[in-house]
Amino acid sequence: MRVDVKKTYKLFIGGQFPRSESGRSYELLDAKGNFLANPALASRKDLRDAVVAARAASEKWASASAFNRSQILYRVAEVMEGRREQFVSEVMAQEGVTKAQAIKQVDAAIDLWVWYAGWCDKIPTIFGSTNPVSGSFYNFTTPEPVGVVAAFIDGSSSLIDIVHGIAPILSGGNVVIAIANEEYPLCAITLSEVIATSDISGGVVNVLTGRTEELTPWVASHMDIDGVDGSGLEMAAYETLKRDGADNLKRIYRFKAEGSPQRIISFMENKTVWHPIGI
Amino acid sequence: MLLTDSSESSIKSFLRNLSPVDQVGADSRAAMLATRSIKTSSKLWAIDTAISMIDLTTLEGADTPGKVAALCTKAVRPDPSDSSVPHVGAVCVYNDMVKIARDHLDKNGGNEIPVAAVSTAFPSGRASLDVKKRDTEDAIASGATEIDMVIDRGAFLSGNLEKVFTEIVCIKEICGERAHLKVILETGELVTYDNVRKASFLAMAAGADFIKTSTGKVSPAATAPVVLVMLEAVRDYFVMTGKRIGVKPAGGIRTTKDAIKQLVLVNETAGPDWLDPKLFRIGASALLNDLLMQRMKMKSGQYSGRNYVTLD
Repeated sequence: MRVDVKKTYKLFIGGQFPRSESGRSYELLDAKGNFLANPALASRKDLRDAVVAARAASEKWASASAFNRSQILYRVAEVMEGRREQFVSEVMAQEGVTKAQAIKQVDAAIDLWVWYAGWCDKIPTIFGSTNPVSGSFYNFTTPEPVGVVAAFIDGSSSLIDIVHGIAPILSGGNVVIAIANEEYPLCAITLSEVIATSDISGGVVNVLTGRTEELTPWVASHMDIDGVDGSGLEMAAYETLKRDGADNLKRIYRFKAEGSPQRIISFMENKTVWHPIGI
Repeated sequence: MLLTDSSESSIKSFLRNLSPVDQVGADSRAAMLATRSIKTSSKLWAIDTAISMIDLTTLEGADTPGKVAALCTKAVRPDPSDSSVPHVGAVCVYNDMVKIARDHLDKNGGNEIPVAAVSTAFPSGRASLDVKKRDTEDAIASGATEIDMVIDRGAFLSGNLEKVFTEIVCIKEICGERAHLKVILETGELVTYDNVRKASFLAMAAGADFIKTSTGKVSPAATAPVVLVMLEAVRDYFVMTGKRIGVKPAGGIRTTKDAIKQLVLVNETAGPDWLDPKLFRIGASALLNDLLMQRMKMKSGQYSGRNYVTLD
């Protein structure tokens, strides 16, 4: 008879897996109401640490070539494929769906990740432009990443929403602090393990689990967060977030649960360059 | 108990009679003191105290007059948006930048902020005594009122203590009343805590006003146990002679948490008398930004970012 090795569910900050600074965790129940896990309950200081780690990683990730970013993201999909069984069982436990339905969701999630990976080097072509100006100049506009983006993960599914929350922010060259959905944190934790063993360097993706309500005001007022995807928030909380986040002109948006390049360019800003002709 | 003369045998017997350092004890005491939690109004006091103790430093080959001028502006008014932030303890630069720093400080209301110069063939100390003396003369002539000298670690480690002692005495003579002398032990190269304690006493007996951990060019630099050992040396020296010597940790202190840990060490080891820029300084550059960001957080309630402090 063997004693099970139980898993400690931790946060993902700066490429490492710390417990919450507060030492807290919360009880997660499965779809049938039975005990499932004790994920960490992130505090505002964990958020602060995640922002510091993200900011430090931001420059390198933003300056990688779009093609290179695309390859690195594709690599994540490859590693996700290897964790398929774990994702399937977590989707089943959390949502209470059948194995076939869970497999369908995991397949769709991996495909969606590849789809966002492909967008990296298409964004500047499709959303950038060459502008006609009167004068002997070439005039270009290209979208550039804003920096550190926090994402409140929606809860309409336990895995696909996580991909929607993280992948588009990365493909635009931003770094992300994902705040996992309270009900569905397990796949986010597993995805952080996938990311830790792929080619994305530490700090580019940070995953916090815990109470959305507790972290929202600190995300809103943090002066070093440049954008927020508020898809996972209730409407009232989202409105408060927009108001409190106005201090440093954060880009704050929420999105429908579907794949769209809007999720990428919402967290980019346009840079226009004037280049003299003939020099 | 103290030195009778400056001969090799007298120095050696003086240092031999020092009580040894319990390495495990020093490590665990420093680790224990690092767990103290300083919050709210005490934290705000600690942040302001730490700011007023900073020797704002730039010691790069790439230093320009412009960068030194910017540093001096920041020394006078660390946070341009908040006049309640105290000015720093001193500005620390290379010799050739001393005059630039002095002029810029005087022009911008920083008359009371001293300029410290690193001297005696900093950071290695590998030059003849003659060159070291002239280096120091030059710095004082340019307006430095604090001299950060390095000891000859090679001589110390090979047991040539008289050489180390004589050099400090010579530089102290040049400083006289004109400049404060800080003696850099470069603890990262001294190997053991016993050596740190010996070097501390050697420097104090030779006339140092301050003992400083490191140049900042060698890692490890100002680790907590090393600072603890030096603070104990300073405390013991005060008991023996009634003279208060300052301590300056430098290198590797980058966050507010690190700085507050240093203050706890000072208070618990040397005592509250040492919680004063006259007796305790922190050599740092990046630390100031972190202190300012933490201060903004305490005042406004929201986390600040590096876009709201200057780069250097």
